[in-house]
Amino acid sequence: MAAVLETRSLCKSFGALTVADKINFRLEPGARHALIGPNGAGKTTFVNMLTGALAPTSGKIFLNDQEITRTSQSARVRAGLGRTFQVTTLFRNLPVLDNVALGVAERRGVAMRMWAAASSHKEVIEESRSLLAALGIADDAATRVADLPYGKQRLVEIAIALGLKPKVLLLDEPAAGVPSHESGIILSNLAKLPPEIAILIIEHDMDLVFRFAQRITVLVQGTVLVEAPPEEIARDKRVHQVYLGEQHA
Amino acid sequence: MSGYSADPRIRWTEWLPWVLAIGFFFLMPGYLSLGARILIFILFALSLDLILGYAGIVTLGHSAFFGLGAYTAGALGAHTGITDPFLQLAAAAALSALLGVATGAVILRTRALTLLMLTLAITAILLEIANKWTSMTGGADGLSGVKVDPILGMFRFDLYGKSAFFYCLAVLFVGWWVVRRIIYSPYGAMLTGIRENATRMHAVGAPVYWRLVMIYTISATMAGIAGALLTQVNQFVGLNVLGLEPSGDVLVMLILGGVGRLYGAFIGPVVYIVVQDTLAKQYPEYWYLGIGALLIFVVLFARGGILGLLDKWLPFLRPGRSAKASAR
Repeated sequence: MAAVLETRSLCKSFGALTVADKINFRLEPGARHALIGPNGAGKTTFVNMLTGALAPTSGKIFLNDQEITRTSQSARVRAGLGRTFQVTTLFRNLPVLDNVALGVAERRGVAMRMWAAASSHKEVIEESRSLLAALGIADDAATRVADLPYGKQRLVEIAIALGLKPKVLLLDEPAAGVPSHESGIILSNLAKLPPEIAILIIEHDMDLVFRFAQRITVLVQGTVLVEAPPEEIARDKRVHQVYLGEQHA
Repeated sequence: MSGYSADPRIRWTEWLPWVLAIGFFFLMPGYLSLGARILIFILFALSLDLILGYAGIVTLGHSAFFGLGAYTAGALGAHTGITDPFLQLAAAAALSALLGVATGAVILRTRALTLLMLTLAITAILLEIANKWTSMTGGADGLSGVKVDPILGMFRFDLYGKSAFFYCLAVLFVGWWVVRRIIYSPYGAMLTGIRENATRMHAVGAPVYWRLVMIYTISATMAGIAGALLTQVNQFVGLNVLGLEPSGDVLVMLILGGVGRLYGAFIGPVVYIVVQDTLAKQYPEYWYLGIGALLIFVVLFARGGILGLLDKWLPFLRPGRSAKASAR
C-alpha cells in the first residue's frame, strides 16, 4: 500500500549537532501511528520538518507521492497535511466559532472574498458549528477562546485541524497541559476521529499512546530505534532501556 | 467587530458621522477648509487602520503613499493638461497602488522593528526625491499653481471650500463603504486572524505574505487618494506630505481615536486637528505640547483610544453580539 506521508533519509543538523539522522518513516492511509522518544530525541524537529517550519539538511518528504520537501507550510496544509500545536495556537481574542470558521473558509476557498459579509457565508458557519458539535463544544461557539478551560481549547485545536479536511493529521501532544480530570474528553474525542484520516500522534502520555496507536515509532537521538505495534514496543528491551526504563528504574 | 459572528448591518450610530458632517456644513460655514482637511485625514487614518488595526502591520511610512498621491495630483495639475479632479484621483490611486505592491512585496517579508525602519526609510527616500527634483515638485518651495477643473464640470473649488468639503465628504463616504465591506468580509476576518496569530493562519493554509501584500496595496491606494484630495483642495503641495511627520501625525490620530475599530479613524483626526487648530491660535509655538499631553492621557488611561472610553461610558453604542469578541 502506498504511504500517504513518507520521509526518505531525512537529516537535520545544526552545525555539528545532528538532531535528525536518516529518518525513514512511512504513514499508511488511515493509520493510527504514534511517535515517542525521550526528551531531546528530535521529535519536535522531525514534526517541524514535516510541517515545513524547518527545512531539512538533506533527505526528502512525500505527501501522497508528491514531493513537498521545499513546499511552504501553507501549501502543505492545502495539500492535505493538517496539524495541531503542542502549545495551543489559537485566535485567543476571537470567538470559538471564528477560530474554526477561518480555517474552513480557507479550505473552501472563500477566504479572499472582500465584499459579502463573513456572517452571510452560511455554509462555512454551518460546517464550523457541526465540527464543534462533533467535539461536544457546540455550546461554546460564541465564547472567546481565552475564556475557555484549557481542555476545551485543546479541542478547538482539533476542530480547526478537522475543518481543513486533512488526509494526514499531526497531533502534537494533544493532551499536553490538560488537567487529568479533563484528559478523558481528549482521548474519547481522538477515538472518534474519522477513520480515513491518517494520524501521527506525538505524545508523552504513555497511557494515551498505548490506547490510541496501532503502530509506534521510537525515536532516540535523531534516529529510529524501532517501529512496531504497541505490544512489541511494550516488550522491547531496548525501548525499556532508553525510554520506559525510566519508569522501572 | 468583524468576523463570522458579527452582524454586518449598519447600526444607527454609524450614520452619526455623516449627519454631523452635513450639520457642520450648514452651521459652521466659516470652517469648511478646516473641515475638508479633517475629512482628508479621516480617509488617510482609515487607510492606516486597515493595515495597522486589522492586519497588524505597524508602519511609520504611510505618508509615502499619501505624499505620492499628493504629488501625482499636483504634478498633473501644474505641469500637464490633466486637470479633471477624478482623473487626478485615479492617477494618484494607480501610482500609490504600484508603490504599495512594489514596496510591500519587499518589506512585508520582514516583521516588527525591521519592518518599521523599512517603512520609514521608504518615505524618507521619497521626501528626498521630492526635495531634490525641483523641476517636477517645486522642492522646498512647494508646488503651486495646481489647476483643478470644477467637479463634474459644475462645482468650482472656491475660496470658502463649499465644493471642496462635499467633494471630500463624498470620496470619504466611498472609502468608508469599501473599508466597511472589507472588514466584515471573509477577507477582513482573515486579516484579523493574521493580526491575532500569524502562525495559526499559516497552519490553516493561508499564504499570509501575499494576503498582507494585498491589503497593503489596498491601503496604499486609499492613502494616495487622500493625498491627492489634499493637493486639490489646497491647489498646492509642499514637502510636509512626506517623511516621518505626517506618518507620525496620522498614527497619533488613529491611536487617539482607537485602533482597529473603524470609527477611531473618524474621531482621532477630528480631535487632533481641532486641538491643533485651537492651540496653534493661542500658543503658536507650543501646540504640540497639548497633543502630547492628550496622547499620554489616552495611552495611560484609555487603551482603546477615545472610542474605547466611549464604549465604556456609553454602553448603548456598543455593537451587541460582538462586543465580547472585540473587547481586548
